Amino acid sequence: MRFEVNGRVYEGDPEARTSLADFLRHELGLTGTKVGCEHGVCGACTVQVDGEPVRSCLMLAVQARGRSVRTIEGLASPLQEAFHEAHALQCGFCTAGVLMSLDAFVRERESATDEEIREALAGTLCRCTGYLSMIDAVQAVMAGRREAARPD
Amino acid sequence: MKPAKFDYIAPETLDEALALIGEDSRPLAGGQSLVPMLNFRLAQPARLVDLERVEGLSYIEAGSTLRIGAMTRQAALERSALVAERWPLLHQAVRLVGHAQIRSRGTVGGSVAHADPKAELPVALTALDARFHVRSASGARTLSAGQLFRGVLTTALEPDELLVEIEVPALPPRARTAFVEQARTLGDFALAGAAVVLAPGYQAVALLGAAAVPVRAHLPAPLDEIDDPYRRALLAALVDRAIAQAS
Repeated sequence: MRFEVNGRVYEGDPEARTSLADFLRHELGLTGTKVGCEHGVCGACTVQVDGEPVRSCLMLAVQARGRSVRTIEGLASPLQEAFHEAHALQCGFCTAGVLMSLDAFVRERESATDEEIREALAGTLCRCTGYLSMIDAVQAVMAGRREAARPD
Repeated sequence: MKPAKFDYIAPETLDEALALIGEDSRPLAGGQSLVPMLNFRLAQPARLVDLERVEGLSYIEAGSTLRIGAMTRQAALERSALVAERWPLLHQAVRLVGHAQIRSRGTVGGSVAHADPKAELPVALTALDARFHVRSASGARTLSAGQLFRGVLTTALEPDELLVEIEVPALPPRARTAFVEQARTLGDFALAGAAVVLAPGYQAVALLGAAAVPVRAHLPAPLDEIDDPYRRALLAALVDRAIAQAS
């Protein structure tokens, strides 16, 4: 099967039971995607498929045929800088999944309340930060974007 | 936490899919419940028939009734302005299904056919008196919620039958709706919930967590038969809250 990852076309012949997460990590060497609970609860393995955030542990690699997958290795978002500035990560295990989820979240809207950001973060478990610095980082990105869009 | 081996096939037409499914050849919809069960090896089908590429199973169409293709993603239902305007209960309910990352893949039909007693969509569809259109290689039939949902993770669907469409009647004029639930954390499975539809001369309520299947009732909601006092009190409070939101 052929599919695209971060703009590059890959060919492979995964076993039917291989998850997309395992295929990305073990066959393509894209180990930025982390695997936590393997049953769709922790969100660490979140990637984007055709732009939508999905759990790569709950998608079979064979289901990615013809699709466009984006992983943390292919992400270039102001969120990354904002996470750095706001100290929004510590051990980093959840960070890839959080960023791939939030990238889709901030793309869809111009602004968000803290409550909406909390809801967006509910799908990814972080055991270090307490999430507050992540909310600050998202608000910083959205404020920066509004600032940039404002006519002088 | 890896599935047992299985064969995989992704048909592109409904007829092909219907010819393939059976006792040990199970349909795969969005995979947000089935794949965890495979990973835990709670389910070990010999073959999975992936419905993702079957043409004509993903649509939201409204005339006098709302027709939802079984493979419509929950995210598509959530984003539908038409659904939010004319069947707001579905919009209110689908936002509570898992998380955004789950709704990207999860399907409306998959949630119905999985029949988890804690799932929001079966409860909302029960309150709305939806009809469930089912196909097999040899025929077709239509079931009500009461006929479809038989128990925990159990429906009246035969192994060779596939849910293909969900049809929702129009709401009564000037209807207002609400879906409320209590879960330990945002996005977690709900402990209990209530869906209400209120209109002049009309009321319907469906309960989540009152029994092994969604319970459809009129007000006052029949809670006396629930043994667990916490759940009974919780449901009473949730029904009150839902009525207040819909009033």
